[in-house]
Amino acid sequence: MAEGTHQDGYRIYGVVWFWLLVITLLELGAVLVHLPHTLLVISLLIMALMKAALIIAYFMHLRYERLSLAYAVVTPMFFLAIVLFAFLGPDALSVLHRR
Amino acid sequence: MAHDAVDQEQALASDWGGGGSPFAVGWPKLMMWLFLVSDTLTFAGLLAGYGVVRISLGRWPDRTQVFNLYLVGAMTFILICSSATMAVAVSAAKRGDHRRVIPYLLLTVLGGLLFLSGQAYEWTHFIREGARLFGNPWGIPQFSATFFITTGFHGGHVTVGVLYLLVTALRWARRSIQPESVEITGLYWHFVDLVWVFIFTLLYLI
Repeated sequence: MAEGTHQDGYRIYGVVWFWLLVITLLELGAVLVHLPHTLLVISLLIMALMKAALIIAYFMHLRYERLSLAYAVVTPMFFLAIVLFAFLGPDALSVLHRR
Repeated sequence: MAHDAVDQEQALASDWGGGGSPFAVGWPKLMMWLFLVSDTLTFAGLLAGYGVVRISLGRWPDRTQVFNLYLVGAMTFILICSSATMAVAVSAAKRGDHRRVIPYLLLTVLGGLLFLSGQAYEWTHFIREGARLFGNPWGIPQFSATFFITTGFHGGHVTVGVLYLLVTALRWARRSIQPESVEITGLYWHFVDLVWVFIFTLLYLI
């Protein structure tokens, strides 16, 4: 199956390029129409993660690599995000409340 | 049906089978991946620092007033395009489509240079408006500090990437590298694009 996607030429890169552009335009649109702040932050983060997933999976080819490499690369990034949010977020808020 | 199940089992076993090459990629590519993971930590540190400063201050200048979002959007567009041309160059090198490799590598270089020009223009504008590393007219010194340090780090990566691409194109033209080297250059370049996704979202949009 992976081979099939490989052989239909460069089309897949055009498709990924198109979706990256669409998501970028949606991001800019979300800022320009002044969505409510919480909704804006959440939707922007989701769209950023979608773009990141597209780039990693198709441009960086991780989808076609052995699963062990994909896990070795993605796991540290994933846990890093959780740890940073879990530890630094409350810390920053407590500083804010002490001011 | 039963045959499929056996195939699947074998595929799964091979994924975790270890052996001489547990990740099933050559060492240069594995090293690039490990470097990219460590570089992710660098940028995560910068962006997390920015987050802490911004949340703990509780106020921050309105970016839409300070930055030209259309310029930043255009820079993002250029970087995405250059990532796509890089993907084509890598694919062409791997499938032996030799006449496409150099043109697409050079298109990628062009994208990188255009991006850097956009950034130079933006920095110039920002500095002319009075922004300095440790102070700015918008009242929150950390605002310009995080901007310069984070985008500067990224711009440095783009600059190195442009040089790396040029060297790769030259060595490919001399037929002194394998397709895998083009692929590794591509990994670095896509990573630069990947980091920009988060800088664009966190620094400019949120």
